[in-house]
Amino acid sequence: MSDTSESTGDAGENEADDVDTSAGSDGSVVDADEVRHVADLARVRLADDEVDAFAEQFAEILEYFEALDEVPETDSEEELVNVMRADEVEDGLDQSAALANAAETEDGFFKGPKVS
Amino acid sequence: MAADLNLFITEATIEGADDGPLAGTTVAVKDNISTEGIRTTCGSEMLADYVPPYSATVVDRLTEAGATVVGKTNMDEFGMGTTTETSAFGPTRNPADPERVPGGSSGGSAAAVAAGEVDVALGSDTGGSVRCPAAFCGVVGIKPTYGLVSRYGLVAYANSLEQIGPIAGTVEEAAAALSVMAGPDPNDGTTRDPSEVDGATGSAGDADYAAAADGDVDGLTVGVPTELFDGADERVVETVRDAIDGLVARGAETVDISLPSVEHAVQAYYVIAMSEASSNLARFDGVRYGHRADADGNWNETFAETREEGFGAEVKRRILLGTYALSAGYHEKYYDKAQDARAWVRQDFEDAFADVDVIASPTMPVLPFELGEGLDNPLRMYLADANTTPVNLANLPAVSVPAGEADGLPVGLQLVGPKFDERTVIRAASAVEAE
Repeated sequence: MSDTSESTGDAGENEADDVDTSAGSDGSVVDADEVRHVADLARVRLADDEVDAFAEQFAEILEYFEALDEVPETDSEEELVNVMRADEVEDGLDQSAALANAAETEDGFFKGPKVS
Repeated sequence: MAADLNLFITEATIEGADDGPLAGTTVAVKDNISTEGIRTTCGSEMLADYVPPYSATVVDRLTEAGATVVGKTNMDEFGMGTTTETSAFGPTRNPADPERVPGGSSGGSAAAVAAGEVDVALGSDTGGSVRCPAAFCGVVGIKPTYGLVSRYGLVAYANSLEQIGPIAGTVEEAAAALSVMAGPDPNDGTTRDPSEVDGATGSAGDADYAAAADGDVDGLTVGVPTELFDGADERVVETVRDAIDGLVARGAETVDISLPSVEHAVQAYYVIAMSEASSNLARFDGVRYGHRADADGNWNETFAETREEGFGAEVKRRILLGTYALSAGYHEKYYDKAQDARAWVRQDFEDAFADVDVIASPTMPVLPFELGEGLDNPLRMYLADANTTPVNLANLPAVSVPAGEADGLPVGLQLVGPKFDERTVIRAASAVEAE
C-alpha cells in the first residue's frame, strides 16, 4: 500500500551491503552505533546527543514491540480489487507549477546536489 | 483568544460557493491537507514555505458545497503525535484548560471548533488523530471507514491507515460535513462506493449522514469490550460508563464483549505506521519541494543534512524506527508480525459485530495531558493511543462524542461500527449527545 519504491530509489550504492551488516544480531539491544547505522540508511544526519537519546528510547520502544512475538499467524483475508481507468492522456501540472516549489532549478529542470 | 491558543499556522480564506448544503459554514483545514495557493506546512520546518499547486478533493468538495475555508490549523509534525506539541510552530493550547494539550495530532482543528472560531474543522486520523483531540477538547470527531473519503491532496504519513474526518461542535454538523466529503474519487484508487461493497449494511449507500443523527437507539445492541476499559483512568471510566447507562435508558442494550487482539494494537500500529512513514517521507530530499540545507557535500550528504534540519525529533524517531523495522533481518520479526496482528484485530471486530451493532469505550484512557508532560517519554505517549489504534488497523468507522467532564476536563466516548456503517455510529453518538 505504501510507496516503497521511494524509500530505496534514491539510496546509495552500498545499501544492500549496509543492511546485511545489521542482520543477524538479536535486535533487543540498540546501541549508538546501530542508531547511527539506521540514520545513515534513512539519510538523516543526527547530532551526537540525539544519537544517545534515541538509543535509549529505541531500546525501550523495541522491547515493547517484542510482544508482537505472541501474535498468532493470522490469514489476511483482505478483499482487494484492481482499480483501473482508461489509458488516456489527461492534463497534469504545467512545468512552471511543477517547478515552483523547488529550491533550485535550471532550464526548466530541478537542480539537485552534486552526485559525488 | 485565538492567537493565545495558537490554533492556526496560516490564516487565509477560500470562499465557498454561494449556495449549497454548507452555505454560511466556516471550515478550518488541518495543515497536512493541500490548499491551492495557500502554504501547507504539515507542522514542519521541512514544508514551512511549501505552496501546493492544487487543492485536496475534500477542500474542493466543501467549498463547492458552500463552506468557506478560514485557515490552516496547527498539528503535530506530519501527524506524528498525540498532543500537537511536536509542531514546528509551537504547541496549541486546549480551550478547556490552556495549561493542557488539545490532543493530537489534529489539535489545532479540534481546539478551533471548541474555541468557537469555526463551525467545522478537518482532521486526519491515522491512529486516533481526529478522535483524540475531539475527546480532549470536548467536541465531536468522526473517523470514517477506510476508503469512504478521498485522501487525494492529504500529505501521506501512513497511507494504509489514514482517513480525513470532520470535527464539529455537534454530531449533526460533523455528519453533514461528512456527507459532502464522502464518496469515490478517481484521484484516489482506494476510495469505494459504499453501496457496492460486499458485506456492508443495507444503509451504507445512503450518504445523508446528518439524517442519522436522530438520537434513536431503541433496540440497539452496544458491545462493551473489557480490554478498552482495563487500565484507563478511573475518572474517565466512570464518566464513560454513565454515558453508556444513558444509552440503556433510551432503549439500548449492552453486552460485555472481549477483543483479545487489541492488546497488540499499539505495537502493530506503530510498527506499520513507522514503516510506511519511513517510505513516504523519503520524498523530502530538498530537490522538488521543501527545505534544502545549504550544504557542500555530495547527494547523500546533502539529503542527510536537509533532513536533519527539516525534521523534528519525533519525525526522525519514526523514520528511523520504520527503517529499522523494514531492514533485512528484522522485517519478519516486526513488520510481518504487525501485519498478522492487524489481520487478527480485524477478525476480532468482525466476530464482535456478529452480535453487537456498535462498540463503546473511552476514546482516550486518560484526561488531557499537561503541556510538556510527555515530550521526553515517547513510549508513554504511544500507549495513550490504545483505544483508537485498533479502529485504524481494522479500517472501521468511529466517532468520539463528549461523554461529560471529569475534574472539569472533557471526556470522550468512542463508538465503533462495522465497515461503511457510519450511520449507526452517528445515530448512537447523537443519543449520547442528547443526554
